[in-house]
Amino acid sequence: MSDTLVQPTRFGSNSGQPITRRDGIAKVTGAATFAADNHPDGVLHAVFVPATIARGRVTHLDIAAAKAHPGVVEVIHPGNCPKLAGDPESKNFMFAFRFDALQNSNVRYANQPVALVLAETIEAATAGAALLAPQYEAEPARVGLDGGVPYPIEIGAFGSPVQVVHGDIAAGHYAATKTVDVIYETPEQYHNAMETHAVVAHWDGDHLTLDMPNQAIVMSCAAYGFYFGIPAENVLIRSPYLGGGFGSKAFVNGPQVLAILAARMVGRPVKMMLRRDQMFGPTGHRGATRQRLRIGIDDAGSLTVLDHEAMATTSTFDDFIEGAANASHGIYAAPAIRSTHQGVRVDIGTPGPMRGPGEASGSAALECAMDEMAEQVGLDPLEFRLRNYAETEPGTGKPYSSKALRECYAQGAARFGWAGRPLAARQMRDDNGLLVGWGMGTALFPSPMFAAKARAVLRADGTGLVETAAADMGQGAWTVLAQIAADSLGLPLDRLEFRAGSSDLPDGGVAGGSGHTATAGGALHTAGQDAIRRLTALAVADPASPLFGAGNAGVFARDGMLHVPGDEGRSEGYVDIIARAGGAAIIGTGSAGRSAEDGERHAMYSHGAVFAEVKIDPDLYQMRVTRLVGAFAAGRIINPRLTESQLMGGMIWGISFALHEEARFDKRTGRIMNGDFAGYHIPVNADVTGLEVITVHEDDPHVNALGIKGVGEIGITGTVGAIGNAIWHATGSRVRRFPIRIEDLLALA
Amino acid sequence: MLSPLTLTVNGTRRDVMLDDPRVTLLDLLRERLALPGTKKGCDRGQCGACTVLVDGRRINSCLVLAITLDGAEVTTIEGLADGDALHPVQAAFIEHDGFQCGYCTPGQIMSAVGLIAEGQAGDDPDRIREGMSGNLCRCAAYHGITQAVLDATRRMDADSKRTAA
Amino acid sequence: MTPFEYARPTTAADAIAAWMPGAAYLAGGTNLVDLMKTGTARPGKVIDIGRIGGLDRIETLADGSTRIGALVRNADLAHDAGFAEVFPMVAEALLSGASGQLRNAATVGGNLMQRTRCAYFMDPHSACNRRSSGSGCSASGGDTGAMAILGWSDMCIATNPSDFCVALAALGAVVEVQGRGGPREIAFADFHHLPKDTPENETALMPGEIVLAIRLPAEAADFRKNSRYVKLRERTSYAFALVSAAAALRLEGGRIIAARLAIGAVAAKPWRVPGAEAMLIGQAPGPELFAAAAAVALTGAKPSGDNGHKIELARRIAIRALTLAATGTPARMPAFPASLFGDDAHV
Repeated sequence: MSDTLVQPTRFGSNSGQPITRRDGIAKVTGAATFAADNHPDGVLHAVFVPATIARGRVTHLDIAAAKAHPGVVEVIHPGNCPKLAGDPESKNFMFAFRFDALQNSNVRYANQPVALVLAETIEAATAGAALLAPQYEAEPARVGLDGGVPYPIEIGAFGSPVQVVHGDIAAGHYAATKTVDVIYETPEQYHNAMETHAVVAHWDGDHLTLDMPNQAIVMSCAAYGFYFGIPAENVLIRSPYLGGGFGSKAFVNGPQVLAILAARMVGRPVKMMLRRDQMFGPTGHRGATRQRLRIGIDDAGSLTVLDHEAMATTSTFDDFIEGAANASHGIYAAPAIRSTHQGVRVDIGTPGPMRGPGEASGSAALECAMDEMAEQVGLDPLEFRLRNYAETEPGTGKPYSSKALRECYAQGAARFGWAGRPLAARQMRDDNGLLVGWGMGTALFPSPMFAAKARAVLRADGTGLVETAAADMGQGAWTVLAQIAADSLGLPLDRLEFRAGSSDLPDGGVAGGSGHTATAGGALHTAGQDAIRRLTALAVADPASPLFGAGNAGVFARDGMLHVPGDEGRSEGYVDIIARAGGAAIIGTGSAGRSAEDGERHAMYSHGAVFAEVKIDPDLYQMRVTRLVGAFAAGRIINPRLTESQLMGGMIWGISFALHEEARFDKRTGRIMNGDFAGYHIPVNADVTGLEVITVHEDDPHVNALGIKGVGEIGITGTVGAIGNAIWHATGSRVRRFPIRIEDLLALA
Repeated sequence: MLSPLTLTVNGTRRDVMLDDPRVTLLDLLRERLALPGTKKGCDRGQCGACTVLVDGRRINSCLVLAITLDGAEVTTIEGLADGDALHPVQAAFIEHDGFQCGYCTPGQIMSAVGLIAEGQAGDDPDRIREGMSGNLCRCAAYHGITQAVLDATRRMDADSKRTAA
Repeated sequence: MTPFEYARPTTAADAIAAWMPGAAYLAGGTNLVDLMKTGTARPGKVIDIGRIGGLDRIETLADGSTRIGALVRNADLAHDAGFAEVFPMVAEALLSGASGQLRNAATVGGNLMQRTRCAYFMDPHSACNRRSSGSGCSASGGDTGAMAILGWSDMCIATNPSDFCVALAALGAVVEVQGRGGPREIAFADFHHLPKDTPENETALMPGEIVLAIRLPAEAADFRKNSRYVKLRERTSYAFALVSAAAALRLEGGRIIAARLAIGAVAAKPWRVPGAEAMLIGQAPGPELFAAAAAVALTGAKPSGDNGHKIELARRIAIRALTLAATGTPARMPAFPASLFGDDAHV
């Protein structure tokens, strides 16, 4: 990769425009077809029975009662469930999680499927499932951070290291003249996309068609192929729209597999849509964490050590340890930084990545602990962070591919009006007497690239067609990727057909990790470049073309024509070039990824600064975030309108993390007692006011050819800490457990 | 036992022989009347994704037994636009990016149409926030939703004044 | 849902005649249909009372009382300009509950019949004496943060979730009911039962009796200038109360000449506190007085689990409601009804 970003000369005018969503009309008219909206002829409805114990085994199901219910077609249970061709206990491909699909009678977490009912109607399937009335042999449940003995893990989430040490930790502790040593906790959180996991499964011989929301469309075909003993190419996944994903729809899970099994068993299409309560178990969640942070500074307020230990819950049968401590790398200029992770095995479904995995929980604790340090030495929280600004990546010394964090701090603070904030807590009230507090936090999220492929076609009529199996779960792939693709082909958007969301297209990679736009966009970009290169080769070699003999080096594409720079008379439309060449469409292919070498050369992150104002009732302690300003630098912004939405969404997830979300367990049974939207609170509209996003200009010549970083997850980081810090500033109470509750403030007052 | 049920759905009379009194309006629309635009988010009145208008009022279609609605007029997201011309609330949702994944959107829009008809919120942003709080959005497009409802309210108000004049 | 027979009578008499053990009356459905989905309620017969004529009116009777038909929708009552002017606290309580959609469907009669939101009651796999007599109480010793602090028993620690009923209790409403024995009236204070040894016996209704109307006595209208409902919750809207309070005062010459106070979400019924009301009479409103009244209001409160904080919060919200009531009813319904946030909720 070159060291300076050459603004690609054929990079057109679509990128950077705040166009509205191209799927907007479909979504506001109800025409957008989500998985469960499909209704093939002869479809049966499937409802699974969720376990009401967290550990043990099923001893009895009243199958006769369920079958006797009118409309019930079949009951699937461990006694008659076909064996999967691929062992769900095996983990022989990347991102494989173990799951439960009635292969035995064991129960290893509450809400695990223990039977499945197929019926002609939803009503019958639901009633039939209730009639099964499972009986269990239960063993004592173990849940919560104290539900088990911490164990050393072998590998971190997504293969990340368990422990990373930079510098001399002991020396860093020794050099500190002031220290903070605190423990923060975060609870189990559940993704709860508005669209629950759904699937409509249809077998045709050994060919399987799945209408399902899926964040990893092509990769999943291989997984389903493995479990069902068919070639990956026999699986077609159609996922044009996802009703949210947030990490939970990238992996194979038990309920969806069961629906597919059922469809094969009865030879009819099967539709299953999880009930909301069934989402609290088999479809992943964010594990709980207990994090110890030890921070040391010297007399100048410079960090001497950042020592972050995290313990996280996982299931008894698989490993996904929230990489919370990793949040302490890459952010502040400490000479010694250590992150370590441990696990705790409990009787819950296996956690998985949930928006901002690791970073969200880790940032929450880190940003609060940083404020505790600043408070101790009487420094303004922003000033303290600026004193410890990392000019190069701490520990590795690598240069940042780009880092406009200083500008984020400055612009965010200016817009918020941070200057003049009283240092001490409990100094501000509003006209109504409510306590007012201001807090801030640094936002940071890595800018990864995954692997993706794409195809770009220039057709004889001068229109373009681009294809990649990208997934739009709301982040705006239908729009943003099309903008990139149109530019790569030198076409206006209305002359581009964009196909995505189906596994029969080139692999668009995974929609996750805040890397989908960069990755799938990168593949589309190179595919378009390839098509233009082929077209240029035709033109410059064709004596009848005005471009004949121009050489292909400087030729650029714009608005459906190739041009020779500096010689406007020498240009020709795609239609003419293709027509003279015989009319065959020009096909370009592209791929994207990041070489290990490029990845090693620079540290690559999106950065940001979040400023929060909270108001709190001084007697009753109800809390409300009344202003939230986030300034983010995330490389090239393809669509400012959609980017603002993504960042705001992330920040509201930060509000949710700080004040609302928590699965509450009954420790006696291991069951979640608030597994619905009345009990598992996420913010409502009235919780969101005074929200502002600033995107700080940033050119990044290194992160990838397009200079794109991610915006999907960074909004949570920084925000949780900013709110926690604002609550301290309003009340003087430091709550070290999220979500911060009314009773916590009451107890500390 | 079959129960005859007559509804006017999006202006069209629909005669249904209902074989099961347990069918909710939501499931009737989605599974039996080929109108899947109305979405199921919680099925328990806790999220608002299933919001439709019944006799002009916004309600959660998941909590109504269809059989109780004999003779009612139902408007769903599919019936809101006038041909290709979007309803002002639909247009405003696009303009203000009042959605991301789009799954809660039919419910948000029907709720907004109902809220505007109720006339209680006017163009006060806080009253709109409160009035729209029965519609969860996990993507958290609340800022755009509020702006969209505010904008549509003002546009519809201006339009009605123009028509009146 | 369990299969059921469906009936749709058009008169109260027909509805009552259609009733049989195991039958349930269905009005707005916002609670009953939900409970049927979870399997908490399994009526063998559903009697749809939604088309019974004459129960959808709000009227002022000759004696000055206000009669609200049981099928009046929550939203319609709260937005009825005449009603909201006279009973702003009731309107505010209604508007602080649920969502716009639910208030459009839910009826006021149904609100009285609303069941507890105790997660163990809602879950048919948990033991619950209220749902299934004698089965035990899984809530006790479980997730108890939101459970009762007053009037609970070893048999049941659930709370009544209604906001509306707290205001009605404060104002001394009367419930008009009808059954096979004819019509009768039940004082609001007697309508909901405390669990004692029979938590399954939730209300004073006899089997098959139906709520026809709620009546607010004439003197309830005298509090319009100084009454508030305040609700503490874990998010700004669309959440059940952690604790709440309805306070209504009549002030004359700087003295309180009549007072009403009820606390919500603390017991299996709205917790009206006549003792606290009595000590307000004749006094000048002020922080010490309100604190003393609130202390009396919480007499006998004790945690039913990990919820001791609710006692202190209930005491404080009683003070707040009294303080806001003394300040005066806002000229306009607050943007966030019953909320601690907004221009009308001065501390």
